[in-house]
Amino acid sequence: LKDVAIVGVGCTGFRPLTPEVSYKELMFEAATRAYADANVNPRKDIDAFITCAEDYWEGHSIFDEFVPDQLGAVLKHLFTVTADGLIGLAHAYMLIRTGQFHTVVVEAHSKASDILTFTDIVAFSLDPIFNRPLGGHPYYIAGLEMTRFLHETGTTKEQCAQVVVKNRKNALANACAAYGAELTTEDVLQSEPTFYPLSHLDISPLADGCIVLVLASSHAAKKLTDTPIWIRGVGWNSDTPWLELREWGKATYAEHAANMAYKMAGIKNPRREIQFAEVDDLFSYKELQHLEALKLCRPGEAGTLTEEGATQKDGEMPVNVSGGALGMGYAPEALGLQRVLEAVLQLRGQAGRRQLSNVQTGLAQSWRGIPTATGAVAILSREVQ
Amino acid sequence: MKMFGKKRVAVVGAGLTLFRRNLKETGKELCYEATKMALDSAGLTLKDIDCVAFGSAPDAFDGIHMKGENMIDGAGGWRKPFSRVFVGGGTGVFTANAGWWHIASGLFDTCLVVAEEKMSSCYPHPAYAFTTIFDPIMDRPLGVTLIWIFALEMHRYMHRHGIKKEQIALVSVKNKRNALDHPCAQLAANITVEDVLNSEMMCWPVQRLDISPTSDGAAALVLASEDVAKKITDNPVWIDGVGWCIDSTYWTNRDLYYPDYVEYAARMAYKMAGIKNPPKEIDVAEPYDPFDYKELHHMEGLLLCKKGEAPKLTEEGVTQRDGDLPINPSGGLLGVGNPIAAAGLMKVCEIFWQLRGEAGKRQVPGDPRTGVAQAWGDLMQYGSVIVLRR
Repeated sequence: LKDVAIVGVGCTGFRPLTPEVSYKELMFEAATRAYADANVNPRKDIDAFITCAEDYWEGHSIFDEFVPDQLGAVLKHLFTVTADGLIGLAHAYMLIRTGQFHTVVVEAHSKASDILTFTDIVAFSLDPIFNRPLGGHPYYIAGLEMTRFLHETGTTKEQCAQVVVKNRKNALANACAAYGAELTTEDVLQSEPTFYPLSHLDISPLADGCIVLVLASSHAAKKLTDTPIWIRGVGWNSDTPWLELREWGKATYAEHAANMAYKMAGIKNPRREIQFAEVDDLFSYKELQHLEALKLCRPGEAGTLTEEGATQKDGEMPVNVSGGALGMGYAPEALGLQRVLEAVLQLRGQAGRRQLSNVQTGLAQSWRGIPTATGAVAILSREVQ
Repeated sequence: MKMFGKKRVAVVGAGLTLFRRNLKETGKELCYEATKMALDSAGLTLKDIDCVAFGSAPDAFDGIHMKGENMIDGAGGWRKPFSRVFVGGGTGVFTANAGWWHIASGLFDTCLVVAEEKMSSCYPHPAYAFTTIFDPIMDRPLGVTLIWIFALEMHRYMHRHGIKKEQIALVSVKNKRNALDHPCAQLAANITVEDVLNSEMMCWPVQRLDISPTSDGAAALVLASEDVAKKITDNPVWIDGVGWCIDSTYWTNRDLYYPDYVEYAARMAYKMAGIKNPPKEIDVAEPYDPFDYKELHHMEGLLLCKKGEAPKLTEEGVTQRDGDLPINPSGGLLGVGNPIAAAGLMKVCEIFWQLRGEAGKRQVPGDPRTGVAQAWGDLMQYGSVIVLRR
């Protein structure tokens, strides 16, 4: 399908702290870059704007109030999707497909360094009657899920640690990454135990930053750029919000979202038709669990493939060449757009030192984090028949 | 009739819970009730639904971070593409707009639109949640509340056009009386202009009976593409136009006498629907009325009359249910109640029932064919509009 393309990208960050700028300035900077990249004037050329944000992350109620000015969207058609940026991208995709919109902007950002009580805010997302009263840091849910995943698939903690080593190393070649590092498997395994079996280095550290994308219809894309990156398919899905009712070993939401995106993109054999993937790795085991849900490997195989180097930059299925969230930093609600940004840069051939050769089609996937079971997938291609 | 989008989109079912203060049901139970009623009215089950567009206003009411995620199962979103849109008070009508593009894009054939609000869980009063909608550096230190800023807007509107409080109070009288015929209504009453003028002063010129209540409630719609809708019902109501618009964050820098953003949103929707002369072509309207003056303000923003003319039309009875341009025949937020997002979607439900001739005692005469619903939100900043046609 040649309906909707990404024609502009802009990014600022990601960094552990950004005391010198407000979230509005982060957004302004990323938006300015995206508009320059797409060669558009937001006040004249953009038909709709989408911001992806949650009130509690922002410390404001009704966050969209504070968005229009710095995006150039005053008296324009802007709205909030309270979801990861990749679900915002799906809304932009739908708007353009209606035929009523030619250009749509999607924005997602994180100013996580402003959050003084991160743990408490995550706890506020738990069911107020059944789960919240149990107390504790809610990341214990990730520990429980990891335990079940390791048990069901035979994956080892060492294999999960290798995801961290790979992604932090990849991040060294990415100027937008906050946490590039040379680590060893031992470093990860011996880092402070947190939520068993997770260790400190298995968890993506928070970061500030912003990503803005400009999407266009095929008609508008042809006028704006020589290198449109086509969105061939999008999918998003939610499993039950009840922790007690989930299949803990599997990322069911990612499986359903991928099925939707593959169907739309006409992809029958994901392993053969997709050359690289940017997937959610908020926790190390999540990268492996997601690869299996996305059918980029067989169930239980992701750990072994990682061990063998298949997901390295020079492997047969490079995964998170950007550094992932482990390397770039966890930016709540902007995680999905980090993945899309990397896919666009790789497909355009603008990924610099981490450029993959001969890539035609990439996959971007996100998850909304603890305690949700909501995720999204997008399939991006350079050329479409 | 003008076609737009890949697919034409119809409303084929609607559902609504009671609007009350302190309902015992949880947010997701309210979602379930509205969703079940909407599905039943269309003769469908969740198996027939492809996706869910959900709407709810600040998480601070329910006290649940990412509250959309918490509502997924109640709103029928389990293992479906589910997402929540959020534009403050404009959310209710906007959620229906979002449902439209799910189907008009060609991605889905059916979509559930669900809006929920549970304000009563916010202690000691939901008004406190509204103190967190202001800029933390510029506005919050003033101790500013919602009623303050709307008092400023109401005063400016009255001053600019020389409007008297007596004229504005007529809106409250009309809507609360209309609500006597609404089975879900929270504050239906037979009151007089004197009652409004003698009610407790909140912040001049806003008095207690000028304001809608805080409420719990949910509303739902079932949308379907043209092919599917024709199999479900002989009586579909088409979504022919959607619009939305946001003004600057800096509300202190604009003239509050007129909502430009509502006009821009309306123009967007009217253009899609091919409406050139709104007062003539629109048979029934549900503008957002959390305060009585807002109904008048929004009639003007929706281009249903000239600037400053809405109070006169109200005085002349034009906006009564049997008038030439019935406004808020449901009873609006002033009468039915104001669970923010659900109240906006309630207005779309009302237009759906009016156009189908299913509004019972609330039915406006004259066989209405075209209706418009509108909601308003943020810092006197957001307009969302939908045009429905039989």
